[in-house]
Amino acid sequence: MLKISDLKVSYGMIEAIKGISFEVNNGEIVTLIGANGAGKTTTMHAISGLLKPRGGSITLDGTELTKLPPHRIVSMGLAQVPEGRRVFAQQTVEENLALGAYSRKDKNETASDLTEVFTLFPRLLERRKQMAGTLSGGEQQMLAMGRALMARPSILLLDEPSMGLSPLLVSEIFHIIEEINRKGTTILLVEQNAKRALAIADRAYVLETGLITLSGTGSELANDERVKKAYLGG
Amino acid sequence: MKTKKKLPALMSAKYRGRTASYGCVLAGWLILEVMMHTGNLSSLFTSLLVPVCCYIVAAIGLNLNVGVSGELNLGQACFMSVGAFTAVCLSGSLARTIPAPLPRLILSILAGALIAAIFGILIGIPVLKLEGDYLAIVTLAFGQIVKSLITNMYLGVDENGFHFSFVDNQVNMAPGGKMLLNGPMGATGTERISTFTAGVILILLALIVVYHLMYSRSGRAIMAARDNRIAAESVGIGIFKTKMLAFAVSSCLAGAAGALYGLNYSTLVPAKFDFNTSILLLVYVVLGGLGNMTGTIVATVVLVLLPELLRSMQDYRMLIYAVVLILIMLLTNNETLKTWVQKLKKRYTAKGGTAHDTES
Ligand SMILES: Nc1ncnc2c1ncn2[C@@H]1O[C@H](COP(=O)(O)OP(=O)(O)O)[C@@H](O)[C@H]1O
Ligand SMILES: [Mg+2]
Repeated sequence: MLKISDLKVSYGMIEAIKGISFEVNNGEIVTLIGANGAGKTTTMHAISGLLKPRGGSITLDGTELTKLPPHRIVSMGLAQVPEGRRVFAQQTVEENLALGAYSRKDKNETASDLTEVFTLFPRLLERRKQMAGTLSGGEQQMLAMGRALMARPSILLLDEPSMGLSPLLVSEIFHIIEEINRKGTTILLVEQNAKRALAIADRAYVLETGLITLSGTGSELANDERVKKAYLGG
Repeated sequence: MKTKKKLPALMSAKYRGRTASYGCVLAGWLILEVMMHTGNLSSLFTSLLVPVCCYIVAAIGLNLNVGVSGELNLGQACFMSVGAFTAVCLSGSLARTIPAPLPRLILSILAGALIAAIFGILIGIPVLKLEGDYLAIVTLAFGQIVKSLITNMYLGVDENGFHFSFVDNQVNMAPGGKMLLNGPMGATGTERISTFTAGVILILLALIVVYHLMYSRSGRAIMAARDNRIAAESVGIGIFKTKMLAFAVSSCLAGAAGALYGLNYSTLVPAKFDFNTSILLLVYVVLGGLGNMTGTIVATVVLVLLPELLRSMQDYRMLIYAVVLILIMLLTNNETLKTWVQKLKKRYTAKGGTAHDTES
């Protein structure tokens, strides 16, 4: 459903993505792993329209995305959970979630999605009147994910959801990602935590300084010597 | 009595803010009207009523732009200028066609607001697409440009229509014509049709518009874009559109405020709306609290009146003004004081809550 071909993205003179191609099929969990600075966030931002690529194409169900502004891309069913828990700190949990549905036309049906988000993240229900800025790191990550789900996306992009969380919370977040996928949402997951990401991924790609160097199923890459050495600590 | 206690518990925070603003304005209006009619208001104060209303309206608009939308604007006075001179020229040229002052005042304010909003939109189109504090620089420059333009503009009207020039002696008019703009001397011979009541109504309208916007879907989008640009874009908020909405409304309110201001004086010089005035408006907004409209109203009233009250102190006037500014800044940013106010608030709402519980 999502197809990236020969994508190139630059920051001024610096070429951060040097021509990568990959695809995400309907219903899959696909992960993009790579070290810090490999270009994972840059790729995500190019897909969701926050950055304009210098070359290549990105299509969602056949529609070219590279010329569209971010809000159009969201309303086409592609939502991103940006890196670093970007919540609207000065608004309540509930207001954050309401903003997640900002791009939707069927305002009356958002209530059932809200219930679904609260079932997925019961902690958000307890804290729904609380200012988002006062939530813990894990809760903010859940809020950012819940907010993206309120757009009722067909494909969800997650940028390092486990960053800076305790191991217990990391497990919880990964379980929830699988749960979201089981309910029918396709997932593109970017992670530095390669072990966890490969464990839940159908397919995976390795990104190194702006180029895709390896690809395969999740278990293939998890057992690949090069991946083991570089990303799985031996 | 009991119903009074009940109110705070029933009202959510946003309605409390609104009620405070409207209450503040209406109470002020009532008190001043009574004082005026009983002859208890000095002529100095009476002369300040309309300008204070104008500054309040411009500051409320600026707070939407700076506080709610988070863009720095250093040229709010210049949008007042655009509104003021538009209104003065229109009112002057319509004096014969519409002799009644009230419809002419309303029409002129609408025109001033509209033209200022158009200028705002024209500036916003290139600038708000950029990330960063470009609006500050551009509004600053715009202020200088508008001031220079009006300072060098000569405009007259006679039976043949408008005559316009940038050189004094080239405005050739038929006898009986009337000069609307006289270069550095600005507009002279304006019929003074502004009233305090019009000022109060304008403040109320500004509050209605701004609060309606703040607590609507668009308002939450504006604040989201301010709080976190990337997250806002990721949920599908058009950053440019939201910032433009806030900036255009802000310019529009400044234009309306300027129009009322211009029609309150028989002469109006373009130098009146210079950089200092823009900065003063910004001071009212910052001291009143970003996003806090009641605070803006109070800060504007205090800081416009203060220099006038200190007039008798002559040389020390601006010194005391500066000291008071610094003190307010220190006090409003003082942590102990803030927590103390918070505690008071909590106790107040807790009391309201129990009163409500026992009732129901
Ligand atoms: N705003 C920026 N300006 C210039 N260079 C940037 C910017 N953002 C990222 N980069 C560079 O692009 C490369 C990829 O960064 P990024 O996509 O954030 O990596 P990752 O998310 O994989 O850690 C890095 O070399 C980084 O320094
Ligand atoms: Mg990154």
